[in-house]
Amino acid sequence: MKLVTAIIKPFKLDEVREALSSIGVQGITVTEVKGFGRQKGHTELYRGAEYVVDFLPKVKIEAAIDDALVERVIEAIEGAARTGKIGDGKIFVYNLEQVVRIRTGETGNEAL
Amino acid sequence: MKKLLISLALGWGILTAGSLALAQTAAPAEVPAVIAPAAEAKPADVAAPAAAAMAAAAPAAAEAAPAEAAPAPVPNKGDTAWMMVSTLLVILMTVPGLALFYGGLVRSKNMLSVLMQVMVTFSMIVVLWFIYGYSLAFTEGNAFVGGFDRLFMKGIWDNASGTFANAATFSKGVVIPEIVFAAFQATFAGITCALIVGAFAERMKFAAVLMFMVLWFTFSYAPIAHMVWFWAGPDAYTSAEVVDKLNATAGYLWQSGALDFAGGTVVHINAAVAGLVGAYMVGKRIGYGKESMAPHSLTLTMVGASLLWVGWFGFNAGSALEANGFAALAFINTFGATAAAVLAWSIGESLHKGKASMLGAASGAVAGLVAITPAAGNVGIGGALVIGAVGGFACLWGVTGLKKMLGADDTLDVFGVHGVGGIVGALLTGVFASPSLGGPGYVADWVTATGVAAADYSIGAQVWIQAKAVLTTIVWSGVVSVIAFKLVDLTIGLRVSEEDEREGLDITSHGETAYNR
Repeated sequence: MKLVTAIIKPFKLDEVREALSSIGVQGITVTEVKGFGRQKGHTELYRGAEYVVDFLPKVKIEAAIDDALVERVIEAIEGAARTGKIGDGKIFVYNLEQVVRIRTGETGNEAL
Repeated sequence: MKKLLISLALGWGILTAGSLALAQTAAPAEVPAVIAPAAEAKPADVAAPAAAAMAAAAPAAAEAAPAEAAPAPVPNKGDTAWMMVSTLLVILMTVPGLALFYGGLVRSKNMLSVLMQVMVTFSMIVVLWFIYGYSLAFTEGNAFVGGFDRLFMKGIWDNASGTFANAATFSKGVVIPEIVFAAFQATFAGITCALIVGAFAERMKFAAVLMFMVLWFTFSYAPIAHMVWFWAGPDAYTSAEVVDKLNATAGYLWQSGALDFAGGTVVHINAAVAGLVGAYMVGKRIGYGKESMAPHSLTLTMVGASLLWVGWFGFNAGSALEANGFAALAFINTFGATAAAVLAWSIGESLHKGKASMLGAASGAVAGLVAITPAAGNVGIGGALVIGAVGGFACLWGVTGLKKMLGADDTLDVFGVHGVGGIVGALLTGVFASPSLGGPGYVADWVTATGVAAADYSIGAQVWIQAKAVLTTIVWSGVVSVIAFKLVDLTIGLRVSEEDEREGLDITSHGETAYNR
């Protein structure tokens, strides 16, 4: 089992969600985050005080998926989230030790 | 145990003070020199107090007047209603206007502390005004401070006979109930002190703020209000013989001929200097210049600025003390100057930094309002537009270039806006009051209430008088502020601890948070 984490541009969330649904991923967790990579921040000016803000708002999607689906999930996210401009984001894949469905107690692949 | 004893002492003190106030006899205190002739007929039931020339209040008192005295003036209902509305408008300016304007500019962890400091300062000063502030400012004393004729507002109305004392306006034979005048002026005292809070926001002890306010209100606000605004009133000037004697009873700066319609010196420069001194003496916020201290809600700041604009019509136009043409002039000048200043700040900012910001527009509005305050009823409409525009540009410099030069952490730019704007406005009042520039000039002879002849108005001379008033205010407020802050520092300390400052004053000083998810 793998945990696929993707940091994407906020406005791409709906497209990515749909792309994931269409290949059979049934549940995801979404968090609002901020960060930067190569995309520049901006300067804010409040009267005489200037602040350089490096952090940009992003969205983090996490999905626990079966090993067999990993390639297709990465492809789906990449395709949906790409704009071609700096700041599109990254995908991280982690090994997932254990998954439990709280309602039923199912574990492993049945819980995915 | 200690807290219990302090609370009991405070409570006992308030009860004693309260019962002293209630124990005042209905008959007014002996009346000083300045009364309208008609009032002398019935001193017992006519409250003819010391504040700017009072005419008899009770309708019954009109008889038995000396031959040449006119019947005692009675307040006009329109004037009275307008002044009560103006009072309301100035309250609106402070709570919630100023409170939100300041509050939105600080970090969210300090929002409530700013709201508290503004609201509680305002409330405390209003109470002190009723107790002794009004008396010190608006009764006859010497050229620098008044006396105690109106301690606890005694004599301001007679509860036994149901008569009310009157206060003079700027027109002969026109009066308003003195209670309304006192209430109106109470809001001025309150907002002036509340303004100072912005300079040391986010790091000062709550008790220290209040203690400082008591001292500064007593020794700087009341005297300067007395010096600039206290005089005998137009009805006292009955003939040429009394002019010199009457002038000598007026405040020091009034006597000098300084023009300050609604408080450029008394309110803005006074508070701004106190703020700047405070910013220096309290010290910079931890992390100033390194950490982000961006405003947490410019939306609320804009709401606050808008309430300030609306309320300021009461502040300026109400300072005419009646609903007449000069109130209307002050009204329209308040309108025009502010609009011009918004444009000036926005244009200046966009030329200088590339973008015009919301905070800039809101600050521009306040800058224009400050600048037109001393000028409101003293200049023509064109003059007001110029004052607003110049004020806008000047205050933009005040919060950028000047702020860097001064090197203090004047958190909410109290000096940058109120100090610079007040000074610019006060000086330009001397220019644009000139009849040659569309202004009404000033009254040269209160016996006949005639204005100065256009040819006799010297812009240079008047600007010099204005400059002296500005300098006097700066020095007086500066000295009082230094002493007051020092006293507070030596007794209870000015600043909160570093951990408290980092965590935020809302939770550490007031035990609450503004925004709970």
